[in-house]
Amino acid sequence: MPIVEIAGLRKSFGANEVLKGIDLQVQKGEVIAIIGKSGSGKSTLLRCINGLEEFQSGTLSVDGKPLVHHNAAAMRALRQHVGMVFQSFNLFPHLTVGKNIMLAPGLVKGKSATDNEALARKLLQRVGLGEKFDAYGDQLSGGQQQRVAIARALAMEPAVLLCDEITSALDPELVGEVLRVVEDLANEGMTLLMVTHEMNFARKVADRVIFMHQGRVHEMGPPDALFNAPQTPELQQFLGALHL
Amino acid sequence: MVDFSIWDIVRNLLLALRWTVGLSLMAFIGGGAVGLALVLLRQSKSAIFNAIVSAYVQLFQGVPLLVQLFLAYYGLGLFGIDTAPWVAAGIGLTLYTSAFLCEIWRGCIASVPKGQWEASSSLALTFYEQMRYVVLPQALKIAVPPTVGFLVQVIKGTALASVIGFMELTKVGKTIANATFSPFLIFSCVALMYFVLCYPVSLYAQYLERKIHAHR
Repeated sequence: MPIVEIAGLRKSFGANEVLKGIDLQVQKGEVIAIIGKSGSGKSTLLRCINGLEEFQSGTLSVDGKPLVHHNAAAMRALRQHVGMVFQSFNLFPHLTVGKNIMLAPGLVKGKSATDNEALARKLLQRVGLGEKFDAYGDQLSGGQQQRVAIARALAMEPAVLLCDEITSALDPELVGEVLRVVEDLANEGMTLLMVTHEMNFARKVADRVIFMHQGRVHEMGPPDALFNAPQTPELQQFLGALHL
Repeated sequence: MVDFSIWDIVRNLLLALRWTVGLSLMAFIGGGAVGLALVLLRQSKSAIFNAIVSAYVQLFQGVPLLVQLFLAYYGLGLFGIDTAPWVAAGIGLTLYTSAFLCEIWRGCIASVPKGQWEASSSLALTFYEQMRYVVLPQALKIAVPPTVGFLVQVIKGTALASVIGFMELTKVGKTIANATFSPFLIFSCVALMYFVLCYPVSLYAQYLERKIHAHR
């Protein structure tokens, strides 16, 4: 049974239809890279999966939990199964790194303070920031902040992790440290959907690459097939423009 | 003509200053409580609440405080409620203060970046939890300097309560001036007292602003 199931999803901003019928099934442990030009709807698709964007028609479920807009209980159940990491980190600036990670497990899952702290420390170790438990976000580099954001998402023990251009706001020398963490997650069997501009990374880590164009899944397949033998002129043009 | 020594003048003005301070506190506590309730209603997604709060704010921001005080004083009288001047002044100032504080605080909440809402939504927090643990703590920091700054406006605003016969600093000053025929001296004293009351508050607002900008 697929862990993410999307069928006939359509989404408009006003009169502008940005997703024109998306069908997608993601298996447990699969790593999916979504590529495409800006405005092709790739970020919007990702944001639909955890209900940050409302869609007009179609169905979507994660780990068997259907997405029902305007139903707070259903939304809360679904979001506990979907983690999200943003381009702009979005750490809570008034809380320490440790508290950033512990906030949601404590509130939403009712985790005890001791368990919660142990988990937060373990996750910080895992992203290589074991000593930053008491630091604040603005004392960290962008790469470190993004790794904290990943740890924060993992603390909810999600079935799926969504990564929305998570290295796009980073200085080039900091991209590697974040991608290494994501690669480790992929190797450990985490189900990942990532919108990315890092084509080499997508080629290396992804099981499947989705090329989106004008609100549709234009081409989809294993990375070798897509990058080495693109079938459509749009993907050929997109890859050509990147000077790979 | 009655003879007033400087000490008589200052003593009477200082006694009246208590009422100015009292009225300011009343306005600030009452206005703060009502303003907070309004701004929280405003955050709810209900269109009706939003429209009501918005109309309330527009109404009390759009009518001069002086006129509001007249309306509170004479209006309540029309309904057969015999209002003491301090009650009418308290009500008028509470309405006025709550409208402005609601608007100031709404702006502070709106200035918390959208990403904070999105990140906390993604972590399955409820609206209440987002407000309580993520948005309000950040908005509060932003809100302190303009709120304290507005307190100065409220303190000066209490002078208008003199027109409905409330014996606060300005009214007592005017009464003494009428008796002594030395209005310039008296109102200089009155001005000094307002300044002594407001200036530390202004300084405190500046200090808070610097402190908040220095930290995250």
